[in-house]
Amino acid sequence: MKKTVVPLKSIAHARSGDKGANANIGVIAYTVEGYHHLEKHLTEDRVALFFHQLSPRAVKRYPLPNLLAFNFVLEGVLAEGGSCSLRTDAQGKALGQAILEIPLEGL
Amino acid sequence: MKRDVVKIANAQAFWGDQNEAAARLLQEQPDLDYITLDYLSEVSMSIMAGQKAKDPRFGYAHDFIDVIKSLAPYWKRGAKVKIITNAGGLNPRGCAQACADALRQASCHGLHIGIVSGDDVLDRIKCTPDNPLFHNMDTSEPISNILDRLTTANAYLGAKPIVDALHLGADIVITGRTADPSLTVAPCVAYHGWCWDDYDRIAQATVAGHLIECGTQATGGISTDWLAIADVNDIGFPFVEVDRDAHFVLTKPRNTGGLVSIDTVTEQLLYEIGDPAAYLSPDVTLSFLSLSLEETGKNRILIKGAKGKPPPSTYKVSATYRNGYKAEGTLAVFGEDCKNKAQRCGQIVLERMKRHGMIPQRSLIECLGCGDVVTGIAPFGNHSSLPFECMLRICIADPRLEVLEYFSKQIAPLVTAGPQGVTGYTSGRPHIRPLFGFWPCSIPTSLVTPNIDILEVKQ
Repeated sequence: MKKTVVPLKSIAHARSGDKGANANIGVIAYTVEGYHHLEKHLTEDRVALFFHQLSPRAVKRYPLPNLLAFNFVLEGVLAEGGSCSLRTDAQGKALGQAILEIPLEGL
Repeated sequence: MKRDVVKIANAQAFWGDQNEAAARLLQEQPDLDYITLDYLSEVSMSIMAGQKAKDPRFGYAHDFIDVIKSLAPYWKRGAKVKIITNAGGLNPRGCAQACADALRQASCHGLHIGIVSGDDVLDRIKCTPDNPLFHNMDTSEPISNILDRLTTANAYLGAKPIVDALHLGADIVITGRTADPSLTVAPCVAYHGWCWDDYDRIAQATVAGHLIECGTQATGGISTDWLAIADVNDIGFPFVEVDRDAHFVLTKPRNTGGLVSIDTVTEQLLYEIGDPAAYLSPDVTLSFLSLSLEETGKNRILIKGAKGKPPPSTYKVSATYRNGYKAEGTLAVFGEDCKNKAQRCGQIVLERMKRHGMIPQRSLIECLGCGDVVTGIAPFGNHSSLPFECMLRICIADPRLEVLEYFSKQIAPLVTAGPQGVTGYTSGRPHIRPLFGFWPCSIPTSLVTPNIDILEVKQ
């Protein structure tokens, strides 16, 4: 039987912001089961691939199991820093909304 | 009688937030002990540097003076609330003087204003630019590369000088650059009398400060489920009730909009952090990995469990440097093929600049409405049909002012020479703004001496 594919937003919510040239995205699972699913499927590589057009130098994932959350740091995606970037989303504020569209294997 | 908990609110997340928030908080929650206001973002110091260059009396967040005026009636009626803010920017003394003048005019005599300075390390860096600590933290580039354009350099001071000012009787404490959470740590320490090596408690207070420093972001603002919040009109500003063990409840005044839930608070906990096992502040190095959140009532979240270790032996420094100019122009494009039309219009502008030898150092064409806010993201299920309208946005940056001036005249001609469907050119020529780069680095704490003065509002 073919596994269903679901968007991240059905499993988690998120918030993003900037730290100099890096952006961070906090991803918080709604359930314990969801957290373990993300642990397996929402890898650094998966996130880097999704945002590849922003050219992250590296993506680091920090787990916070006590909060059912992961913090993703996307290094270098705000290349010139929030103050000098020419982009509308110069500070990476929209990345939290964006990550929720990642397709994942269903729970 | 002294309460078991100290109540600390935030009434300003950034320079430009709601000026009325502090007075509104006092109206809604008269028993607040402290209100903190955060005015400084990474580059606000450069804006202040420009203002100070024009007039040495300025160089601080002048909106704060209006906040002080709005609070005068409360103090005159005997309110005891104390104010802690980094509104001083590059000129905490000038800011304090302006506050004193405003309070005198409002007949609020006898109040004391604490001034925390000493964060300005520009001269120190200029004297020894080769110190590797001054290299850019993100890129390792030496600061000598931008030394001639360096505008400001300020160390993020901690809570200690604010506590000293409070102990000296300050009702209002005005600082320059101070780490945002320290604005909240200071009143906790002053109220409960903790020791500076009581790292777990300082860690908890730092978490409290981290949560409220962005104002309504802790009470429902920018949350994923924002649309589902029953009332998003006039979202209440957050406050914390911190007990002597540093356990605290995050909440907001009753009958205000917004939502304080495990979800909204957890989102804000993760806002703009790096490694959650080592969150650095000038007061403590702390871990979020032992935190627990518990809903103890409607719009009340109890937070416990932060673990602290000694702070780093260096202060983080936020330096800024002149980095040329920037301008952006927009034009609405309606109808079939709007994306192609918008892109072609953008290219016309850049091609014309090239023909005139005005190639900008950096340029970007965005078609807003076609997915360009976050480039390359495919919405789940890819249900997007072709957009029928979009906003063309052309943004350029260059060190040469004449390039920007030429650019600013190239958008309007598209109204008659561009495709059918071009409209919405109502905001005039693009506004040219100076651009400031952000240069994060550090400095040994031993090289920085915080200074405290007290100014009395006399008759």
